[in-house]
Formats: sequence, C-alpha cells, structure tokens
Amino acid sequence: MSATGAVEREPAAVAASEAPAGVVTRVIANIRTGNLGIVPIVVGQLFIVVFFGLTATNFFTAVNFGNIIIQMAGTTMLAFGVVFVLLLGEIDLSIGYVAGIGALTVAELQLPGSGHDISGLIGMPIAIAVCALIGLLQGSIVAFVGVPSFVVTLAGFLVWQGVILGRLEVPGSIIIQDRWINYTANYYFSPLAGWLIAASITGLYMLIVLIPLLSAGRRQIDARTRLSTVAKVAGVAIAAFGTVAICNHGVVESRRLGLPLPAVLMVIVLVLLTFLAKRTTFGRHVYAVGGNAEAARRAGINVARIRVIVFMISGATAALGGIILAAFVNSVALTFPPGTLLLNSIAAAVIGGVSLFGGRGEVRGALLGALVIATVANGLDTAGYSDGTIYIVTGLILLFAVTLDTVARRLQVRSGR
Amino acid sequence: MTDTSSPLLELRSLTKTFGSVQALTDVDFEVRRGEVMALVGDNGAGKSTLVKCVAGTHTADSGEIVFEGERVDIHGPKDAARLGIEVVYQDLALCDNLNVVQNMYLGRELNRAFVLNEPAMEKRTAETLKSLAVTTIPSIRRPVATLSGGQRQSVAVAKAVQWNSKLVILDEPTAALGVAQTEQVLALVRRLGEQGLAVIIISHNLHDVFETATRITVLRLGRNVGLFERATTSQQEVVAAITAGVPTKVSGIPATAGATA
Repeated sequence: MSATGAVEREPAAVAASEAPAGVVTRVIANIRTGNLGIVPIVVGQLFIVVFFGLTATNFFTAVNFGNIIIQMAGTTMLAFGVVFVLLLGEIDLSIGYVAGIGALTVAELQLPGSGHDISGLIGMPIAIAVCALIGLLQGSIVAFVGVPSFVVTLAGFLVWQGVILGRLEVPGSIIIQDRWINYTANYYFSPLAGWLIAASITGLYMLIVLIPLLSAGRRQIDARTRLSTVAKVAGVAIAAFGTVAICNHGVVESRRLGLPLPAVLMVIVLVLLTFLAKRTTFGRHVYAVGGNAEAARRAGINVARIRVIVFMISGATAALGGIILAAFVNSVALTFPPGTLLLNSIAAAVIGGVSLFGGRGEVRGALLGALVIATVANGLDTAGYSDGTIYIVTGLILLFAVTLDTVARRLQVRSGR
Repeated sequence: MTDTSSPLLELRSLTKTFGSVQALTDVDFEVRRGEVMALVGDNGAGKSTLVKCVAGTHTADSGEIVFEGERVDIHGPKDAARLGIEVVYQDLALCDNLNVVQNMYLGRELNRAFVLNEPAMEKRTAETLKSLAVTTIPSIRRPVATLSGGQRQSVAVAKAVQWNSKLVILDEPTAALGVAQTEQVLALVRRLGEQGLAVIIISHNLHDVFETATRITVLRLGRNVGLFERATTSQQEVVAAITAGVPTKVSGIPATAGATA
C-alpha cells in the first residue's frame, strides 16, 4: 500500500508543476472550439447583481434574495424539461399550458366540498403523472408519426389552453387551500434546518464528484482534474452556504424567514436530472440523438423511445413548475399561467448555454438561465422600471446568448475540419 | 477455427429487385478471414445494395447468405451485429458532440448498478485504439467534432472492430479525406486484414483498392463481371471490367477466379 502511494505521488507532483500552464491551454482550447461552459453566464450574473445592487434600492436585501428564488422556481422547473427537449433538437411549446393543466389538476383534486378533497400529497404526484401522460401523447405523435414537434406542441398549446379556459370559465378561479401544495412556494425552513440542508448538499455533491475519481482506481488522477474538482466543490459550498446565510437574515414584519422550500425543490430536481443526463445510458442516448440521430439509430439506439421519454420529462417538469407557480398565489385563475412563462423557460435554457441545434448543453444551464432572467426582472422591477422594459432587456439578453451559441457552433465546426 | 481457406462470408446467386429495377442479378461473392476484399463498380453497379443485404438493411429476394459455413438469414442490423458483421458508413457513424469513448460505446454502454461505467469504457477504448495502432488521436476525451477527418474515420473503424466482429464492411472510407489522412486510414484497413478479420472495402478509388485489397470483385449493372487477385492484375484490367465487363456467369454456372479477359 505504501509502495503504490509512493508510485502515485511521483507523477502527480510532476503534473502539479505543469498544472497552471495546463489549465491555461485548456481554457484557450475550449474558447477556440466554442466550448465556453458556464463562465459567460456566471460573469454576466455577477455583473447584473452588482449593477442592480448599486442602482436599485431594496434590491440587495436578504428578503429580496429569497423573493428571487421563489420567483425563479416555476420557470426553472419548466426550463429543466426544456433542456432535454432542446438536447434532442426538438421544441416543446405546450409546456406553459401543460403547467397550467398540472396546477389545475392539483387545484381540482383538493377542491373542498366537491366530494374529492384529496390531500395535496396525493394530488401532486397525480398531476405530475397526468402531465407526463400529455408528454407521452405529444411525444408519440412526434416520434412515431413524424409530425414536427413545433406543430404538435403548438397544437398542444392551444388545446390545453382551451381545456383550462373551459374549466375556469364559470368559477373564474379555484382557491388552493391545501397546505402541502401551498408549501411548495411558501414554506421557509428554520435557520438550523437551512444550515443542515446546505451541509448535506455540499456533502452529497462531494460524494458525487469524488466517487468516479476514486473508482478510477489506481490510475493516476491528473492535477488538472484534481484542481477543477476542488474548485467545483468549493463553488457549490459557497453557493449553498451563502444562499442559506442570506436567506436566514430575511425578516418580514418581524417574522424571520429562512431558506425557502422552492430552493430545495430546484436543487433536488437539478441533481436528479443531471444524474439522468450525465450518468445513465438514457442520458447518453439523448445527447447522441441530438448530435446525430442517424448515427444513434445505426448504433442500435431506439430513437423513438428516447424522444417519447424526453417529452414525458418535459410534461412532468412543467407540472412541477405549474404547481409551484399556483401555490405562490394560492390559486389557479383564468390568467394562469403567466403569459411570459413559456418563452422565459425556453429563454432560460438557451441563456444557460443549451444549444437550439441539439446535442449540447447541461441541466444546470436551466437553473443559471432562470436565475439571470429572474434577477433582471426583479432588479428592473425594484428599480421602478415597467414590464415593457423588463421584456426588452430579457429579449436582448436572449439574443446575445443565442448569438454566442451560434458563433460557438461555427467555431466548433471550423475546428473540426 | 482460424481456417483461412474456406470463405467467412459467401453469397450465392443473390438477387434483389426494387420494383422494376433489377439491382442485383444472380450475384456471387465471398470474403475470407484475413483478407481485404474490394468491391468495385460504377454508380448503380449494385455495390451498396449488396452490402445492405449483408448488413440487414435490405433482404434479398432470392439467393443464399452463408456465414462461417452455415446458411443465415439477416433481417436487420441487429442480426448482422450478432453474427459479427459491422458496417462503417461514410460520415454517418459518429456523433460529433460526443467524445471518442462515448462514440465507441454508443448503443452498447457499460453499466455498473445503472450508472455508466466510464473508467472501464475509457480503458478499453484506449486498448482498442492501441491494438489498432491508432496513435494520432490527441485525447479520447475530446469531442469527435474537434478531430480531423482521418482521425474520425479511424475512430469509426475502431468502433466497428471492437465488438469481436469478424467481418468489417467499409463504405467509401476515404471519400472525404486528404492525402495524408487517406494513407492513415488505408494503413488501418490493411492492419485489420493482418489481424485476421475479413474486410470488405467499397471504393470508387482504384488507388485505394490497389493499396489495400488482396482480391477485387467487380460488379456491373448488378452482375458479377470479374474477380481478380490484386497481385496478378492491373488497374487497366479492372477499369475495363468496371466499364465494359461481360457477366461471368450465365444461369447458374459458377464463376471462376480471374475468369475475365
């Protein structure tokens, strides 16, 4: 054992001395090949936060920080599903109203005095299943019949909107009284619970990044990997503990807030879907189909099955987002979902670096993109700008992100030849 | 087991029609272990159709496919893969956004407890590439998009070879490559033969064919018009067969090697 340790130390030490140069060449190679990662968006987000922190009063407060988290949660959930759809090079325009169907389903099931006042704990899984079934239906038409996803989901957009309008035409809205449903947007953890959550998120993340490195066995882990692993764990720790620290300081009307539950829900879905995308055969096949569907088919992958499952994921995450959005206002009304939901979700994924051309992007991009959109909207709002300005700025950021993606893609193609 | 005299794959009187078009008429074909067999002919000669019948994309109307001495039916790419037949299509084999390891194991990923076993796949990919002397690839963790055409074709070939395949079919493997890269791929093709695999190479380029093949089968208008030993023939002779060859076989009389003028 001591012998292998000594053998391993030797090359590691050599590699460590080369590490700085290695990192630089890798960064240059990545930029040259259009592989920008999350750097532009993190830099952009920091810039936005500093800008509004200096210009908008009441922006840089603990309470507003918690607000941004709650405001972004619905969009983020939908955007998670959008990532998978975009990875295939498809589009799902129905998610806004599918989210509405999800919210309507939980509202309907908990409706008191209707003979079926089912607890939200049962209602929510049912709503998610219903929306996954909608995804199954739409995905099957795309995958087996070959109708373009744009058309199928545009039809879904109209159909599910019609269903929602039909159901709410008479009552106008359904109030949600079930506390479990409302918790999804309005529950705050106690400060101690918040710290424990931050610690367990950091610990779990450490395990997740360390296990593959350890299972790599006796093969030496180069210094570059080691360095980036440390940086990643540190980044997650700062984000988790920082979020909890700020949230724990929020006080509204002498009531202490804390870490909002939507933050935890977003992290759970992020982890589950990232695992699915990066560590499972299914995820690998999603990337393959998005990269070259013909090659994937010839490799024996059931392309239709992948497509259908992806649309089911899109439906399920839409339901989750819809439930959180409805819980935020404790009701589902005729105006639900907000008109910007669909486009903001797609914009979030794209701003987060997911390519519209398929095959490139990460699940975490949805979270980062939604964070940018929510921060900009919140910042402009607290600074007193109108909705019109918010749309214009969001639109310009989206355009900038897609331009970056297009240029990156061109660079990648050029370096490939 | 390593019997090199009897053919690994033998096609007997294969016929295939598409509507009124006679794509293959009574075609015989064979390839042995450790041999690179070139399949040449003008456009529409039936090369692709023949390969697709072997790969399972098409099913022949009549005729026999004999593999390792036994008659087989190939009804789909999976049947072909089960027998150990792999096809490398030009430009269609790889996903640009995935890296070399991911491409090599595409559709046959190794898992451990429902999680992709990356270290094992990486290790075996490195071994496969090494055994084929593919040394030009800078890193197997790089997306295929960043590789040159020759490197990509090498990866595609290695991918086909690593599944204990017995027969590798290469469809125009050098069509989009420069001179140096072409040499790289042709060297790889020769090595496949030297390692005991049966190789079928389809090419328009007689230079490639004469660089790699041990024997050359010529098709014209869906019929056999010649079977040549590389060592005893010339490019002119093969060109003559491609452009004006006379069918070597009339209603069931078997062809003999090198029978055309």
